[in-house]
Amino acid sequence: MSVIAPGTKVPAFSLAREDGSKFTEADLIGQTTVLVFYPFAFSPVCTNQLQVYSEALPEITADGAVLYGVSTDASFSQSAFREHLGVPIEQLSDFEPKGAAAKSFGAYFEPAGMTNRAIVIVGPDGCVSWSHLADNPGDTPGVNLIIDALSAN
Amino acid sequence: MRDLTSLSVEPVGPEDHVRGAGGKPLIIYAEFSCPDCAVAAERLRQSGALVCFRHFALASRSPRAVQLAIASEAAGRQGLFWDFHDSLFADQSRLDDPYLWQRCELLGVDIERFERDRRDEQLAHHVADAVTAAMRAGATGAPTFVVDGELQSELPAAPQ
Repeated sequence: MSVIAPGTKVPAFSLAREDGSKFTEADLIGQTTVLVFYPFAFSPVCTNQLQVYSEALPEITADGAVLYGVSTDASFSQSAFREHLGVPIEQLSDFEPKGAAAKSFGAYFEPAGMTNRAIVIVGPDGCVSWSHLADNPGDTPGVNLIIDALSAN
Repeated sequence: MRDLTSLSVEPVGPEDHVRGAGGKPLIIYAEFSCPDCAVAAERLRQSGALVCFRHFALASRSPRAVQLAIASEAAGRQGLFWDFHDSLFADQSRLDDPYLWQRCELLGVDIERFERDRRDEQLAHHVADAVTAAMRAGATGAPTFVVDGELQSELPAAPQ
């Protein structure tokens, strides 16, 4: 599965915010959005990833970008994960239908039935400006790659 | 605002903490309250390999991470960085200030100077710069090792 390519308009999708409301393609319009797809809440690698990204949030959001964590975990698990880490990164759940949004972005890892480790940056026009799929879900993309991509836009 | 755009791992220089013997130093990005870092550090110490220690102290990872990194640098100003490094990694259950002072006494660190240096903004900047450099190189966790300019999370089997 290939991750959605730059220049592509994002497909229609629906994710659940932590408060239970929906987050859809309409929420992408008018802002730069960084969607960080990660496999599992509370897993060691995902823990490292969100901690480092949290550390870099001032730089990521400096020009108005908003970063979200996306996984197939239920919202309650995601909120517990975020609170456990003490990070301010809002979580979006792709729990039901499981992985439907991740699949539409090419960010689903079928062999393990989980979100793959991928990053998709969407511009204010709703088109993908940059995307990255890790060579394997255990590889964590450095936050420098996000900053590079945001700086190039 | 930090510049976090990509930048290659900086070569080992005179400002780095280096010990051991061998050809090319193995760079480790680590943090003193991290258990996996302690295991790696002990293996490296026992191996005697040439090692360069760099801070990857994230406040989001541990509330003591940054303070411990600065404390190690304060001990380093008295020539005792590696002693302090080994002491912290040897017992990560006692990392609050009173225990740091106990370590100072045991290691022969002048506590008055240690306390003064810990509050020196230069050391805080030094640690923050090290974290920034690690992030720019692509580090996402601790420990991270640099082998031939490439980052990896596993300790090389036989550090040179």
